Amino acid sequence: MIPTAYCILLGSGLFTIGVIGVLTRRNVLIILMSIELILNAVNINLVALSHYFHSVNGQVFAIFVITDAAAEAAVGLGLIIALFRNKETLNADEIDLLKW
Amino acid sequence: MLPLIVFGILAAVALISAVMVITRRNVVHSIIWLIVTLFAVGGIFLLERAEFLFAVQVILYVGGIMVLFLFVVMLVDLQVALKQARFNHQWLLGVFTALLVFAQVVYLIYKIGAGLSLPVQPPGSDPAHNTQAVGLALYQTYMLPVEITSLLLLVAMVGAVIMAKRKFE
Repeated sequence: MIPTAYCILLGSGLFTIGVIGVLTRRNVLIILMSIELILNAVNINLVALSHYFHSVNGQVFAIFVITDAAAEAAVGLGLIIALFRNKETLNADEIDLLKW
Repeated sequence: MLPLIVFGILAAVALISAVMVITRRNVVHSIIWLIVTLFAVGGIFLLERAEFLFAVQVILYVGGIMVLFLFVVMLVDLQVALKQARFNHQWLLGVFTALLVFAQVVYLIYKIGAGLSLPVQPPGSDPAHNTQAVGLALYQTYMLPVEITSLLLLVAMVGAVIMAKRKFE
């Protein structure tokens, strides 16, 4: 049996990598992919604790998280297409229309 | 012992490919590495006896969301991004902050780790059919959340179509 602490450590490691991706990359597509990494880290934690408590509730919530990830990816990619059409760039540093 | 070795391999694959996702210059390479990460995470789900979630992960994430990403990569022009710097100028601060959060989490796990690393109960009390148990929980206990989630998906679909439309009127 795998200790639950290992799974939570793996989840926090993936979460950290995702946060680093969101904070440091300039490409909007990669920032969106880093958010997917973060959501996967959450899913690992949910499944590990669901296994630990012998309850299926954590897995149900992981399914909800995956659904949210799908919705977020659809809206985010739609936004990226609209952004590219208007600004001709995917660089997060160049998108500063709301800055003054 | 064997599950622990398999877990170690899957965790190493997941972490290394996750690092590759955020360091590659070419977005298509990043997507391929993200698919590797998702498969490794799915393997960990399988190891944690969440078979239904493994299937959902492979079908929905790898088969659905990643194909969506690849389509968008084909729709936008990435030749400019290939020549630009990958990281913004605050990358050192970003890495430091994220690692600080990670250190805090590791410290907390270390502090309460004794409670979490208790031996899990014998697998006799596990639900025999994972898919059946998940389905029963979804359609009995979580009936209203499922309906709300379906509404969320509808809103996301309409929103994505409106965002990607050519002209706003």
